[in-house]
Amino acid sequence: MIPTRYRSSVFLKAAMAVTGAVMVLFLIMHMVGNLKAFEGQESFDAYSHWLRVVGYPAVPEGGLLWAIRIALTVSVVVHIASATVLALRARRARPQRYQTRKRVRQSYASRTMRWGGVIIAVFVLYHILHLTVNVIAPGGASDSPYERLVNGFQQPLVAVFYIVSLLLVGLHLQHGLWSVFATLGASSGRREPLLRGGATALSVLLIAGFMLVPVSVMIGWVS
Amino acid sequence: MNLTLRIWRQKGSEDKGRMVRYEVADVSPDMSFLEMLDVLNERLTLEGEEPVAFDHDCREGICGMCGMVINGVAHGPEVTTACQLHMRSFSDGDTIDIEPWRAKAFPVVKDLVVDRGAFDRIIQAGGYISAPTGSAPDAHSIPVAKADADRAFDAATCIGCGACVAACPNASAMLFTAAKVTHLGLLPQGQPERASRVVRMVDQMDAEDFGGCTNIGECAAVCPKGIPLETISRLNHDLLGSLSGADAK
Repeated sequence: MIPTRYRSSVFLKAAMAVTGAVMVLFLIMHMVGNLKAFEGQESFDAYSHWLRVVGYPAVPEGGLLWAIRIALTVSVVVHIASATVLALRARRARPQRYQTRKRVRQSYASRTMRWGGVIIAVFVLYHILHLTVNVIAPGGASDSPYERLVNGFQQPLVAVFYIVSLLLVGLHLQHGLWSVFATLGASSGRREPLLRGGATALSVLLIAGFMLVPVSVMIGWVS
Repeated sequence: MNLTLRIWRQKGSEDKGRMVRYEVADVSPDMSFLEMLDVLNERLTLEGEEPVAFDHDCREGICGMCGMVINGVAHGPEVTTACQLHMRSFSDGDTIDIEPWRAKAFPVVKDLVVDRGAFDRIIQAGGYISAPTGSAPDAHSIPVAKADADRAFDAATCIGCGACVAACPNASAMLFTAAKVTHLGLLPQGQPERASRVVRMVDQMDAEDFGGCTNIGECAAVCPKGIPLETISRLNHDLLGSLSGADAK
């Protein structure tokens, strides 16, 4: 049986905050790596290869990559599991809805954390099947990660799906990033505007960086 | 002015409840919201109908008894208690929806009256300090920094009305619980039980079937006493700190 203290809503929220922060750190690395696409096929494919051999021979080949994958998988599972438990508790907490409801403070981002999160999970699954494990190959398969990327984003539907999903990730982060600090007890009256502003700024930067690649492929800058 | 009210009528906790329409004529803009309901109730009584049950006591905005969701907002359009809301905040011909606080932890007793005993049990779980009895200690025997005293006092102004729970999309009692944790946690007298207090109060809050906080901020936006959202972050800080401490039970 899980001890009471680890079932408390505040502990579950803290678990979500920590795992969310791990995923954001990964997203920052991921976004910066993606920009290699603008250096051309050779540079991008070399980067992709480097990810598989980095640290060798100090660590086994692919060791670091797998360490990151395991850390991310654990984070995703804990994040979603905690979110599910908390969402079910919240639903139970108000069995009878209001007849009339007016929003006073909540934002679109804070309101869509749960279902937005579900859509993001579906997107991430598609994204991994597409560009990581290469099971889905819209626009044509290739051994070169660069070609897979270009082939995929040359399909307007695929590019638009990525762009819309990225916007959802941005919204999720805008509320999520500030929430990390509030949940871990680092927010205060004075720091709150700073944290909220910083969260918005980082989300915009991150998502803009991610969007550069599919947009550039769509308009033919990268081919 | 003349108003149309749609009020939640529920005979008891087992009744299903429904919205009922009432017309109220000649309402003065200087009436408080509760006085307007009094006018309706007097008429209902004369007509042999059951008056609308609602909680109220001091009608000065300090006791925390009154509370209803008015047009979808806890305590209505002004950031104050329902008793301090005046009819000048509405216009002639308005339709006003009035509902009770809705949360599993606040079962409806009748009409707009809910049982807020869950709040009492959260306080009983740890919202106090253990102090020896005897004559009152000298006021200056334990110095408290002015800034801490002010912030503790701000948190202590919570009247336990329950608007935070009513407004929260998760029906969470975090702002209420955090206000007490902050009030006592900022003062020297609150330190000995600081870690165990937050653990017990949060456990009780969860056990009462309140939801969890998602930092949305609806609670602080409707709080008639202006308890800031930052108190929740203080509670989180204390709770996470207590997880590593031996004091936690």
